Amino acid sequence: MGKKITLTIDDRQITASAGEKLLWVALENEIYIPHLCAIKEETRPAASCRLCFVEVEGLSRPVTACTQAVYEGMVVKTRSPRVDRLVKTAFELLLSDHRLECNKCPKNRACELQKIAKERKLKLRLTRLQPLEKEVTVDDSMGSFIFDPSLCVLCGRCVWVDQQEVKVGAIGFSRRGLQRKVTTIGDIPLAESPCTGCGRCVEVCPVGALSFTNQAKPEGVAVNS
Amino acid sequence: MKIATAAEHYAGMKAKAEQKINSLQEKTLIRVGAATCGLAAGAQKVKDTFVEEIKHKGLDAEIIEVGCMGHCYAEPMAIISKPGFPALCYGHMDEGLAKLLVEEFLGNDDPCYEYALVALEPNDIFPTFSDFPRDAYEKKIILEHCGFIDPEDIDHYLAREGYASLVKTLQMKPEEIISAMVDSGLRGRGGAGFPVGKKWTICRNTPSEIKYIICNADEGDPGAFMDRSVLESNPHQVIEGMLICAYAVGATKGYIYVRNEYPLAVQRVKTAIEQARKKGLLGSAILDSTFSFDLEVFEGSGAFVCGEESALINSMEGKMGVPQARPPYMAVSGFWGRPTVLNNVKTFAYVTAIIKKGAGWFREIGTEATPGTAVFTLVGKVANTGLVEVPMGTTLRQLVFDIGEGIPNDKEFKAVQIGGPSGGCLPEETLDIPIDFDSLEKAGAIMGSGGLVVLDEDDCMVAIARYFLEFTQQESCGKCTFCRLGTKHMLDILTRITQGKGSLADLDILQELAEDIKMGSLCNLGKTAPNPILTTLRYFRDEYEAHILEGRCPARMCKDLILYYIVPEKCTKLCNVCVGSCPVEAIYTREDGLKAIDQEKCVKCDNCLKTCPPEHNAVIKLSPPVLPEE
Repeated sequence: MGKKITLTIDDRQITASAGEKLLWVALENEIYIPHLCAIKEETRPAASCRLCFVEVEGLSRPVTACTQAVYEGMVVKTRSPRVDRLVKTAFELLLSDHRLECNKCPKNRACELQKIAKERKLKLRLTRLQPLEKEVTVDDSMGSFIFDPSLCVLCGRCVWVDQQEVKVGAIGFSRRGLQRKVTTIGDIPLAESPCTGCGRCVEVCPVGALSFTNQAKPEGVAVNS
Repeated sequence: MKIATAAEHYAGMKAKAEQKINSLQEKTLIRVGAATCGLAAGAQKVKDTFVEEIKHKGLDAEIIEVGCMGHCYAEPMAIISKPGFPALCYGHMDEGLAKLLVEEFLGNDDPCYEYALVALEPNDIFPTFSDFPRDAYEKKIILEHCGFIDPEDIDHYLAREGYASLVKTLQMKPEEIISAMVDSGLRGRGGAGFPVGKKWTICRNTPSEIKYIICNADEGDPGAFMDRSVLESNPHQVIEGMLICAYAVGATKGYIYVRNEYPLAVQRVKTAIEQARKKGLLGSAILDSTFSFDLEVFEGSGAFVCGEESALINSMEGKMGVPQARPPYMAVSGFWGRPTVLNNVKTFAYVTAIIKKGAGWFREIGTEATPGTAVFTLVGKVANTGLVEVPMGTTLRQLVFDIGEGIPNDKEFKAVQIGGPSGGCLPEETLDIPIDFDSLEKAGAIMGSGGLVVLDEDDCMVAIARYFLEFTQQESCGKCTFCRLGTKHMLDILTRITQGKGSLADLDILQELAEDIKMGSLCNLGKTAPNPILTTLRYFRDEYEAHILEGRCPARMCKDLILYYIVPEKCTKLCNVCVGSCPVEAIYTREDGLKAIDQEKCVKCDNCLKTCPPEHNAVIKLSPPVLPEE
């Protein structure tokens, strides 16, 4: 990492290494910025969830903290009317494509969407938009965990650990537009795919899309971490 | 030492080409416009007829295929150059006219002036292009040779000083080429208008053993075909521009990314590359210099988003065609992570012209902020559709009313949709804005790659916005939240409004969503997708309100808000054309012998309105869909 620099986030002086991404610097200093798709180890962030917007002094538009490198003298505000508006809309857009039945969800109370709503005082229901209907098939072929695409927010964390960390390559993104989804090659059930059932994807899922089935929860894995 | 060799080498090559072209002109030469536009209109049959008739009559004439001259409204076109006559261009060709011309012109020296469109050289018998009103506004730089040379024969290009800019380049330092680009003020013509000199400088200054040049010919806007036409009509000027760029930034390998829905462009570019390679203009030690560069065609699969540079590069690397966050910019880390210059087809074509005629010459054309010309495809409700090249700073009014010669059928102008699905709809009051990248953006549209669709009183602005949004929504790659979901919600709201089911609150949501998607999307597809909505809300809000508050479509275009009605006072017992035209038997004869429409059965296909004879004009559309009392 680069040399030590000092930046200001929300009036707090913070020391970090030059070139580090702002999102992780903020989070490590306990300054919360909403995020779903960010992966610290990824050198080229997906920047796809569009939730981590911040204002950087000198820049004309809000920028995503996951892609923005920190530098000496940088002045950051994590909140502004423009940022709040973008986050509110992005959040509601995600909710419109997410089955909103929190009380039945395996991730209830441990869900990142709930966390964002709480931190940013956003409603966990749709106020301006109609829910988007989509037909999905729940994949419970693995037994130890299930994949429910109606809860998936397409953050890509599962795909990243599968491909880059455990290097299995069972899942990936396919299709485009509204049809974009996480799936196996040829859309076959996970049990027929190269999936080893390691459960790393379930651990990193920020929502209830991938969840361990209670009876088969692997030893020592904290589901709600 | 080397430099002299390159120039000498070229001089010999050019002399041979000139000799060949001159010999062509000793006998009758027929040039048939055979770009996709001409072929679609029937150019192949015209050419075949010429060939057969000439053979049949035992005449001595040469027939070649050329590209597109830009007068698409008059396709198929052919140019006949017969010694002793000015070269004459004929439009609206068919087999009959081809036969007639062979017989009368080639056989009997009667040029059949009544069928001729224009003469190519000044003469005292027939008008030339300079006598056309549009000539006063047009300034052809990259379309100069299009439609006049054979794109599949490099000698035609060489004879017109083709590759002279390359020779000049080889005598200059790379830094001098880049300063010429900076001085010319050339801005990328792919849509965003990024300064070319700046992009090249970044690429040149990024150290790397391997660098790439990519020409973006993934033209995907509905109604736009400038890049296709340039590649089909004069591919070598693009190849030459890429060579100059490669020399300037230090690249040795380049790709032309053409969508495979452009088979003719793909084929012509491949032929051009092969011919250039054979002449030693591509490959290693070009013109015996120390400079080496080779080109390859990459066929894209036609996803609209792959016109976005980072998605394009992903697709070339075999990954999903989805955009990536920037920085790093392509000029620093592009194809396979190497510094890559990615420019549009037209941009490279301008490069060739700038090196030939100088940065100062280019700066003189166009506006201060955007020097040079703009190439537009003029389509929609305009008399003269086609490809036009005008200096930046020309007004939309000149484009539509002087060059395009206005709206046909006595209809009233409503708007121009400029910049494709990412562009905006501009009304009458904006027509006097001098066009360049910045002025259009200020008005809410974008230059885009140059699609310009003219709309008249029969076009509903809500339906038009919905049409373009449907396109971007379907073409969204789905990676980022705003574009994937936001475009869908905007489309749903627009659909509701066109069905008369919208509310005023919908308009506020639409405005908010559009602004947020513009601000928050990852790439330019998402950032510009709301433009058709934002501009129509800004300039045509009354049309939205009519749909919502009155259930009325002012242009009578939205099917749910209209009904077809036969005016009894205009209808006659003696005619029943409409009855036969109706595909669902919704039209019946009343007791008094006049015709009427069963609204329950009517599918609003428009056939009865089209077939009702003009002396009656009895069928009308009513909006809101309420039958008048009789």
